[in-house]
Amino acid sequence: MTVTPGWYMALAALLFVIGMSGILLRRNALVMFMSVELMLNAVNLSFVAAGRELNVIDGQVSVFFVMVVAAAEVVVGLAIIVAVFRTRRTASVDELSEMRG
Amino acid sequence: MVELVLFVIFGLAAVFGGVTMVWARNPVYGAMGLMLTMFSIAVFYVSNSAHFVAAVQVIIYAGAVMTLFLFVIMLVGVDKAEDRTENLPVQRELALGLLVLFGAGVLLAGRAAWTTGVGIAGNPVNGTVEAIGDELFHKWLLPFEVTALLLIVAAAGAIALAFFGSGEDPEEVEA
Repeated sequence: MTVTPGWYMALAALLFVIGMSGILLRRNALVMFMSVELMLNAVNLSFVAAGRELNVIDGQVSVFFVMVVAAAEVVVGLAIIVAVFRTRRTASVDELSEMRG
Repeated sequence: MVELVLFVIFGLAAVFGGVTMVWARNPVYGAMGLMLTMFSIAVFYVSNSAHFVAAVQVIIYAGAVMTLFLFVIMLVGVDKAEDRTENLPVQRELALGLLVLFGAGVLLAGRAAWTTGVGIAGNPVNGTVEAIGDELFHKWLLPFEVTALLLIVAAAGAIALAFFGSGEDPEEVEA
């Protein structure tokens, strides 16, 4: 029984769903952020698997660009979380409701 | 055969890490679970002969990003227990239903046709530094430079947020 790239894609879909459940079910901004990272990693895995199936290296190059964007996103997002925590003393997204209409 | 064993072991580890991240009450345990998932994904990269990407995965994600996360978790404080009451009316039920629908859709799409395009008859890819660098600096040179700009903007933005983030009480900033 050989492991085809489809198996990796199925696993990537499962990890993506787990990350999405983290976004939808948790209220801690840090955990939601880690869930975003998990979703990005799942997409990276499917990129690499698809690149292997199609015999092109562009999948691996795409992973690099996703990683760069994810790194930039983590830097800015964590800075925002820390800035919010400084003024509001909370990391829960439910308590940030000033803009409620 | 080796790949199958690796897939089963590290697939279970990756799923376990992801579920731990979502489930754990303490964000530090969540960060550890995510780290386990990232190492497992690095193993999958090696199985898919993406060796350089695997090294970058360990260095960037498991090293830099998760360290940054742990720093911020320590800074924000782990002892503030998050209450699990849901304020939105049917958020939990809707979320679980949506997840089931999404998983079913992925499975259906996967059974129908899980890859797009035709298989290109070429040599199997080997993700060495040379191969990736060749591609990156010939075909993708402009996007590469643009990502450099993006990183500089992100770093400058983070520094600006750190310095001018709390406008109300500037005396707190110097800490």
